[in-house]
Amino acid sequence: MALQSLDIKQRSATTTPSTQVRETIEIAKLIDVSACIGCKACQVACSEWNDIRDEVGNCHGVYDNPMDLTAKSWTVMRFTEVEQNNKLEWLIRKDGCMHCADPGCLKACPAPGAIIQYSNGIVDFHQENCIGCGYCVTGCPFDVPRISKEDSKAYKCSLCSDRVAVNQAPACVKACPTGAIQFGSKEDMKDYAAKRVTDLKERGYDQAGLYDPQGVGGTHVMYVLHHADKPDLYAGLPANPSISPLVSLWKGFAKPLATLALAGVALGSLFHYVTKGPNEVSKEIEDEIEKEDAK
Amino acid sequence: MIRDPKDLKRYEPRERANHWVVGISFILLALSGLAFFHPAFYPLTQLFGGPTWARIIHPYLGVLMALSFLGLYVRFKHLNKMTPADKEWLAKAKNMVDGNDHDMPEQGKYNGGQKVMFWALAICMLLMTVSGLFIWRAWFGFDITLVRMGAVVHAAAGAFMIGLIMVHVYAAIWVKGTIRAMWYGTVTRGWAKQHHRGWYRQVTGK
Repeated sequence: MALQSLDIKQRSATTTPSTQVRETIEIAKLIDVSACIGCKACQVACSEWNDIRDEVGNCHGVYDNPMDLTAKSWTVMRFTEVEQNNKLEWLIRKDGCMHCADPGCLKACPAPGAIIQYSNGIVDFHQENCIGCGYCVTGCPFDVPRISKEDSKAYKCSLCSDRVAVNQAPACVKACPTGAIQFGSKEDMKDYAAKRVTDLKERGYDQAGLYDPQGVGGTHVMYVLHHADKPDLYAGLPANPSISPLVSLWKGFAKPLATLALAGVALGSLFHYVTKGPNEVSKEIEDEIEKEDAK
Repeated sequence: MIRDPKDLKRYEPRERANHWVVGISFILLALSGLAFFHPAFYPLTQLFGGPTWARIIHPYLGVLMALSFLGLYVRFKHLNKMTPADKEWLAKAKNMVDGNDHDMPEQGKYNGGQKVMFWALAICMLLMTVSGLFIWRAWFGFDITLVRMGAVVHAAAGAFMIGLIMVHVYAAIWVKGTIRAMWYGTVTRGWAKQHHRGWYRQVTGK
């Protein structure tokens, strides 16, 4: 970890700057929804590489399996049937952590170093520092982190930070049989996406586009969507995600403001005592009581 | 323990015990809660056996404080009804703070400031309890908007309540002869005559 620690851009609950001297390239994973066949090889590869085996669930009558992200399923394919331009369309979106440039989870996390953002853009959970409060879930605009029922720690996609650190693509990228998942520098991925978007537009998808939402500063997992004007069609992908104003208020200026206010009350009390002196029973009243007793 | 037979009884043993349970649970909650609020306070989690233990224990202490405060609330709410004399007292509170309490209107068992404190704490306790349940993930899974609102309300009401308790504790330190009421339940007649003359007349018949 000695060298890797140079690549930390931000760490949770830390008020001093993290290492800034070394600059690495920003990476990104590009998911081309239009090329996905829904085979779930990515789900399996994720489970294989990360050595996590989710419980075998039940069939719910739909293709989604498991039905949702869990502490042991860091990516799931979400299948949606929609009608667009009088045609039935089967939309398949690989869901998981978006690795936001401005991560709500990291902002909300109270445990120093439990969430790390690397300079390459990966947002990683370091479970050994996680205390299980679930604030990351509260902070996430995409509803991604999951708290394990076994150990109460938060889990999500690491973008295979261990593989990326040694110049390997994430496991899901390796496994994808159609090339629907691409990996590289964020710039290259944007260029690749632009080509795909041009192709899709030529094939009649006028609203095709790249999903790299600026409300969270852009993401390091991006989508090519045939209906970029309606991201909501893809199993509720938010159109304009951003960190909730409630979370910004809570973990933004309220923190230093309240801390200063409390320090002010404490110091104010001390100086009140020092300047005004204690409030003692007056001599006059003590004398009155003494007189009563003497009677 | 009776220190002076002429001292006036202000609190029953069960009332003092109840106050101590609220006080201890409050201090533990404030220390652990601040740790989750701002990283500057994070080392306080070591007092609870580490950060994860602090996270586990905090909400249970909250339940203890909510229930024990309910006890205080039921015992003392009838003594905290606002009266015109309290409003007059509050209007002159600045003189009191300046250490100049000669012209203050006569007060019963509690003065206007104490009553404001009582109601402010009651409201904060209610907000803390409800918002705390919203964000207690070990047992509950509320809608994300409720959780987010809960987090904001919990932090705001918590910080405000810590401020209130600082004032509460300081007032007890500042007004000499007050803290013994919390330990032994008694105060001197002089103390009562000076600070709560209405109550003094009521209990002594003078």
